[in-house]
Amino acid sequence: MSKKLFNLVSVLVLTALILAACGPAATPAPTEPAQPTGTILERAMAGEFKGAVVTATGPFVDQDAQKFEAMIKEFEDQTGIDVQYQGSKEFEASIKAAVTAGNAPDIVDFPQPGLLSTFVAQGKVTDLGQFFDRATLEQTYNPSWLDMAMLQGPNGKIMAGVWERVNGKSLVWYPKKAWDEAGYKIPATWDEMKALMDQMVADGSTPWCVGIESGAATGWVATDWMEEIMLRTTSLENYDKWVAGTLPFSSPEVKNAAEVMSDIWQDKYVYGGQAGIVKTSFSDAPLPLFDADGPKCWMHKQGNFVTSFFPEGSQAGVDYDFFYFPPLDAAYGKPVLVAGDIWAAFTDEPAAIAVLEWFTHGSHLKSWMQAGGAIAPHKDADLSWYGNDIERGVAKIIQEATSVRFDGSDLMPGQVGAGSFWKEMSSYVAGAEDLDTALKNIDASWPK
Amino acid sequence: MYADKPLNKFLSSLAVNGVLALICLLWTIPTIGLLVSSFRDRLDINSTGWWTIFPHQDWVKVAELRPEEGVDRNTPMTLGGVTHTFEEFRDGVQVGNQRYKWIGNRRIGYVQVQEYRWTANTDFTLENYRQVLAGGNYTATLKDGTTVTELGDDMSGSFLNSLAVAIPSTVIPIALAAFAAYGFAWMRFPGRKMLFILVVALLVVPLQVALVPILRDFVTLGINGTFLAVWLAHTGFGLPLATYLLYNYISELPRDIFESAFIDGASHFTIFAQLVLPLAVPALASFAIFQFLWVWNDYLVGLIFIGATPGSQLVTMRLAEIVGSRGQDWHLLTAGAFITMLLPLTVFFSLQRFFVRGLLAGSVKG
Amino acid sequence: MATSSSPSAPPGAWGRTAIALVPLLATLAGLGWGFLILRDLQVPQLVLVLLAIVWGVGGMVLLFTTANFFAEQLPGPWIARVQAWIFVGPAMLMLIWALALPAVRTVIISLYDSIGTKFIGLDNYLGVFTDANMLTVFRNNLLWMIFGTAFTVSLGLLVAVLSDRSRFETLAKGLIFMPMAISFVGAGVIWNFIYAVRPADGAQIGLLNAFWVALGGQPEAWTAFFQPWNNFFLIVIVIWLQTGYSMVLFSAAIKGISTEILEAARVDGANEVQVFFQIMIPMIMGTIITVTTTIVIFTLKIFDVVIVMTGGQYGTSVIATEFYRQYFTYNNDGYGSAIAVVLFIAVIPVMVYNLRQFAQPEAF
Repeated sequence: MSKKLFNLVSVLVLTALILAACGPAATPAPTEPAQPTGTILERAMAGEFKGAVVTATGPFVDQDAQKFEAMIKEFEDQTGIDVQYQGSKEFEASIKAAVTAGNAPDIVDFPQPGLLSTFVAQGKVTDLGQFFDRATLEQTYNPSWLDMAMLQGPNGKIMAGVWERVNGKSLVWYPKKAWDEAGYKIPATWDEMKALMDQMVADGSTPWCVGIESGAATGWVATDWMEEIMLRTTSLENYDKWVAGTLPFSSPEVKNAAEVMSDIWQDKYVYGGQAGIVKTSFSDAPLPLFDADGPKCWMHKQGNFVTSFFPEGSQAGVDYDFFYFPPLDAAYGKPVLVAGDIWAAFTDEPAAIAVLEWFTHGSHLKSWMQAGGAIAPHKDADLSWYGNDIERGVAKIIQEATSVRFDGSDLMPGQVGAGSFWKEMSSYVAGAEDLDTALKNIDASWPK
Repeated sequence: MYADKPLNKFLSSLAVNGVLALICLLWTIPTIGLLVSSFRDRLDINSTGWWTIFPHQDWVKVAELRPEEGVDRNTPMTLGGVTHTFEEFRDGVQVGNQRYKWIGNRRIGYVQVQEYRWTANTDFTLENYRQVLAGGNYTATLKDGTTVTELGDDMSGSFLNSLAVAIPSTVIPIALAAFAAYGFAWMRFPGRKMLFILVVALLVVPLQVALVPILRDFVTLGINGTFLAVWLAHTGFGLPLATYLLYNYISELPRDIFESAFIDGASHFTIFAQLVLPLAVPALASFAIFQFLWVWNDYLVGLIFIGATPGSQLVTMRLAEIVGSRGQDWHLLTAGAFITMLLPLTVFFSLQRFFVRGLLAGSVKG
Repeated sequence: MATSSSPSAPPGAWGRTAIALVPLLATLAGLGWGFLILRDLQVPQLVLVLLAIVWGVGGMVLLFTTANFFAEQLPGPWIARVQAWIFVGPAMLMLIWALALPAVRTVIISLYDSIGTKFIGLDNYLGVFTDANMLTVFRNNLLWMIFGTAFTVSLGLLVAVLSDRSRFETLAKGLIFMPMAISFVGAGVIWNFIYAVRPADGAQIGLLNAFWVALGGQPEAWTAFFQPWNNFFLIVIVIWLQTGYSMVLFSAAIKGISTEILEAARVDGANEVQVFFQIMIPMIMGTIITVTTTIVIFTLKIFDVVIVMTGGQYGTSVIATEFYRQYFTYNNDGYGSAIAVVLFIAVIPVMVYNLRQFAQPEAF
């Protein structure tokens, strides 16, 4: 603390004397490795970069940041490298300002590859391909993860980052105790699910809880539903084309997906109806599952992170559980939608690269997996490491999926995936626009 | 003379205070809601309105009636001596002064016997405040299976940091602006008009467009991450409004009070320091409040210019972390919002004594 | 140089000026010495923070004082020239650095493509003005400007005048001011509560829907339905937040009207309405213009309330939120900057009006 103040005071004086400009900040000269042997991580473990400081940032704060600190402490103890993480609730603004001003932290956690891709296109991101060997990485990752980390730089594709955590999305949460008491059966197919929904309505309940409100990101819940239904109603090729922008939103496939969704998002099927959908925060949406007077709704589709928004003290496997969002058409198998966090480097300092290399091993995530809230994309992460059955189950669903696809809106260009797609779906759900207009507007916003 | 009509005076005072009371009531209700909610449990906040803490008439549960095992709930059921279908119970059945109402789903629900009477939700808790003040305590499981519970930083450190940011970020722009306002109002120099228009024009520049260039300069100068960086940024962002408001006030000070001073040979600096500043106290105090509030409640500027420096968290950053990354932890937000409000309100009430009539009396002839 | 521009300077005047530099230099040296002391001081954080504040704030005051002393010792005609810049210069330098240059930079970026590599002329502006979405944005800003400003200014004035005549002045002003002390996040929480919607079968936790349902309505999502009227539910929030601002300024201005004038008018038989319109209003006209100008500009760049309440969804986005999305979220620098430049253009009428009002009091 006093050191910072001292710095501050010294700078004040310098400025007052109009000398500040003459005194460039001293940057420690990088120490040249004498005899590099082994990978960068191995060298780090041998203490070669002891004392180095790696700055890190990302969108996660609070509990997740604390779990991260607890996890990274092990790395720090082993290598003597100090990793300083500072999360930001205004991640988009702070990372853009920092990168553009040439002040980016060494390593950055991106919740969406789409956000990272612009920095890659500007040539700001370190190509990890120069440090890591693809064959080695394939021992710990499925090739599809590695492919998704390849982004277009100014001089061709580069390995822009490493996947660290993954979030399984195709999950439907239900209040297990009440569910069993009521004698409802977990639906294995879309038709069973529809029948169950009608049964619940006949029993005087509303089947679903849906809430799409999320501040500046309002609408993303709707895009997740669209992606799930796309995967269940059309081929993977079409899904990929849709994400890449070659299959327009106004095509019959996409329109059909929206209609299937609207079929469920009716006033009789969703708690609170249309008003409830548009104004319920996604974080409050699951609460009616746990209402003191018995469930107000019975099903809530959301990624595995949602358990941290369940009421305190509710027990996995007792108070709640989940099932796989059923397939609609047997022809398209059992697809799973995922999202994930990718870490990129804005420096080629070996200490920073060593952290990222550490992330490429599933074992690094073990403490976080035990604490709960993290699912590893790594092949070498053991199912037994998960601290609870829920997350073990999610990991299993991802492993057993006939196909895995990444959250489409995260991969689309920002204007669409974090813009018009959210916005137009919100407008459509709020009844301000008809479906055709909404889909046409999304198509129009696609960057030329 | 109006003072001779006590009745009129009384009526006009009644009207004044009545209208004022009405506006104040409207203005205060939202804040009362916040205050009340900050003492309620998360589940209560999400299930009943905060105004239910006041006594009100409502249907209150007095008993539960459950259909016996094996009763077909799809046909009329006999409960508590009355026979009705599920649908009828769900809409509520009036029995004497009681109401039989089905709660929940047909399969697992039950009938609640309710009476319409006075009630109030008076379950209050200090838990929200305890949680916010204690910071983020958390439990982590390490790889070897042991659990550690670590105490989050308490708020006092960030409180001090916020003060170290807010005080100079309030005083410096006001001092610079007061000089500039006097210069614009009472001095003549080339470009005076153009520069003033620049001040007005810059009022509209959103600070978001300036973040990147300023950050770049700070990085070049090597001062990013220090308090000075935030002081300078807040000073820059606050100056247009400060200069504009103070100009408005200082330029309207009556000319004759300076005239004699000039004739007596006083310099601009003497007049500024000894005549203008004391007279401008209400304006200075007003702006000091605004600027202090903006800086105190700011999150983005602090985050970008010192956010990355460990140990220099501000109150707003601390709060943002406590309330979680994705959620709307309303119970914590309400408590946190109240804690951060306390200091600004103190500042307001302590500066309010400067807003009194007669400060100009004696020196101003009109 | 000195002789060419100030031929009247008496010989020896420059020598005196040189001597006058001494206090200025001494101040600089003193600040440096103070810095050395501060650097080596081992005291608790609180004390260090206090000393740093004193050092920074006090140092600035000293520098102003000594710089003026220096200016006043300059040969005759130089005093006025230099002194004006000592008064105005520091503020203008800060302004130009912190806001004017970034604004110019924004204009330049707006002429380039999204990643700032290709010059594309006015294409971004063409896009901005032909995009149907942007037309909604401009409409919303207009609503904000007209209704937000009208209510904030008139209510602030009303409260200032009424409280001036009330015995409960401190209390009333404190209550009206209170919302200003709440951060935007806090305000968002409060108003999300008021507009909260719950299904019709359960209890409403939102005040507005509780009233509405009690009157026989169906619970409504106030900030999402009824476009474009939902914007008004957001504008109400800013009126609630900012009335305290206009009230404080109006109150300060009203306190500046001398009691004698008001008394004199009343003695002459003017009733209170006449006193208000014929004496008070003209006397605080300058403040009314100032407050209106600042609130017009504030509503033009309204950002936080919209982000916190709807994220700009449901047809409520405004210029600043659109800029933020394009520039930060979509990394669409050129287009985003063009949107920001529209803000600069929108304020031109306000500037012209202020230029007219820019009183030209006779300077000394």
